[in-house]
Amino acid sequence: MLLASSKFDELRLDHVTRSFGSVNALQDICLTIGKGEFIALLGPSGCGKSTALNCIAGLLAATGGSIWLDDKRIDQLKPEDRGFGMVFQSYALFPHMSVRANIGFGLKMRGTARAEIAKRVDEALALVRLEAHGHKLPGQLSGGQQQRVAIARAIVIEPPLVLMDEPLSNLDAKLRLEMRAEIRRIHNQLGATTIYVTHDQDEALSLADRIVVLRDGRIRQVGAPRDLYESPDHLDVAEFMGYRNRLTGKVTARDGDRVTVEVSSVRLAGTMRGDISVGAQAVIAARPDDVTAIDGSDNALKAIVETIEYRGREFVGTARTEGGLELIFHAPQAAAIGSTISLAVDPAHALAYAA
Amino acid sequence: MQRADHTPALSLRQRLALRGIDGVTLLVLPAVLFVLAIFVYPFAYGLLLSFEPKQGGIFANYTRFFSDPFLYDTIATTLWLAVPVTIISLAFALPVAFRVRLMTRQRLLTTILVLPVTLGTVLVAEGLLNFLGPQGWFSRTLMLFGIIDSPVKLTNNYWGVFASLIITGFPFTFLLTLSYVTGIDPALEQAAATHGARAWQRFRHVFLPLLVPGLAIAFCLSFVQAFAVFPSAILLGAPAGPTRVISIAAYQAAFEQYDYSMASAIAMIMAAVQLVIVVAVLMLRNLFYRGTTAGGKG
Repeated sequence: MLLASSKFDELRLDHVTRSFGSVNALQDICLTIGKGEFIALLGPSGCGKSTALNCIAGLLAATGGSIWLDDKRIDQLKPEDRGFGMVFQSYALFPHMSVRANIGFGLKMRGTARAEIAKRVDEALALVRLEAHGHKLPGQLSGGQQQRVAIARAIVIEPPLVLMDEPLSNLDAKLRLEMRAEIRRIHNQLGATTIYVTHDQDEALSLADRIVVLRDGRIRQVGAPRDLYESPDHLDVAEFMGYRNRLTGKVTARDGDRVTVEVSSVRLAGTMRGDISVGAQAVIAARPDDVTAIDGSDNALKAIVETIEYRGREFVGTARTEGGLELIFHAPQAAAIGSTISLAVDPAHALAYAA
Repeated sequence: MQRADHTPALSLRQRLALRGIDGVTLLVLPAVLFVLAIFVYPFAYGLLLSFEPKQGGIFANYTRFFSDPFLYDTIATTLWLAVPVTIISLAFALPVAFRVRLMTRQRLLTTILVLPVTLGTVLVAEGLLNFLGPQGWFSRTLMLFGIIDSPVKLTNNYWGVFASLIITGFPFTFLLTLSYVTGIDPALEQAAATHGARAWQRFRHVFLPLLVPGLAIAFCLSFVQAFAVFPSAILLGAPAGPTRVISIAAYQAAFEQYDYSMASAIAMIMAAVQLVIVVAVLMLRNLFYRGTTAGGKG
């Protein structure tokens, strides 16, 4: 196979820091990425994920720390000397070049023989399923097709590392799902080490082998998608992973990692993350999926339904407790707005963090 | 049953609106009147006047112009000034624009570069006479350092006019070029760099092809400006000889010989020469990609 997989063992970020004036966009980032891994840098806007990617690409100089490809220090190399492939949010296709010329650009710059370029461009076109569009200009393609050209342009040079900067955020919802599957398929086929920047947790969960959650320029948690989804280390990571309900209360009992938290005189069982002692304040975080409307129960939160939305298989609504807490819940049947319902939280998926 | 029964005929107003003509269209009226009064009427008047020579047939002015080397040589003289000046301004503006585009404080530099525009040709000419003249600082400094033995002659000849045209024309060329250079999506350069293109390759394969259409426009506008050179050709040049440009010929016809008809004919010839060059450049421009300079969805 011509499009070979990565030719290095690991990429290492060693205390990488980037500041803009007095603002630290990136602080002390240490991360080791193995060959063939698909890493997602995930975080809200302004968390430093694009800065990190640009530092790795060489488009931004790191103001501290170093970046290594095995034993080779690369953070002082120019972007053109690093030999990575990059996919941009805005596609950044050369508008005056045909699709073929765009894809062959990196090879041409490296002085590859013309016949070889043609052969590899053919392969790349086949890989992204654009064989019929080789002679068009980028402007004649749809957004999804343009992004596939950009992916082909990045991988045709057989880079040790492919960098993707929110590549799907300019596409509509349906296309985004299709391209997500496409990126996964291409990664499985080529095994190229990939760093993928996104603010969309669904994208990160479905694509990545490992997710790096960034916040305010620091790494908050690194882990497999499942670990992050099921047991986020911190409350802010949990919030970002879709734990939208937050219930604050006092810890009344503790048994192993099970805790009981009293919220508005209702005792909720939860799973402890970190260490919280009895008597301390704790926050229970739960996903809407794990807050369920049930038929009358003693130990349930009573709340008045404020909104209800139909989501196909189920209903999702918001309700407010007497104490003023807002909860997002799901229900198999529609609940009438203004009615009082009982909400139960699944103890295994209710995570308790120290407040 | 005919379809017309079901679709009521559109009113005239609706039909006009579909073609983009409505009340707002009237707003172009002042501009149209202005163009008619300031451009179309004088041009047509001049054109007709040029065919009413003092003596001879209707083409007498034109035959006289093209049979008298003292007159037709002015075309070559003017081109010999305007073309190199335009090319050098562009060639100089391009690298400066590439540097300025990366600067965070563009405004100060841009202001300094644009200042000569506000000074006017005559002031620049006066300044250059003092600076480049036989007793000027330029020659004195060179002589002080022993680089030359006697003052170099840089005024009252071709070079004086050349320098003045560059100084007054450059800011204009530069501003146009800068707007084209900064109009190119910076992500394109980043994409080129990450995919292995060195600085020169990025310029050659990405920037230049995208800039050609804009540079062609900048060339045309700068050229037309330089081709109409008049004050500096007299003040800094040798208006009787090497810098006897076409506008001087027109001026002499009109205000020394009081032959307005001949002056109009010269003006028409001047316009025709400019038109030929501009059309040629624009045709060349059509050979290049002229679409968007963005790399994808904005």
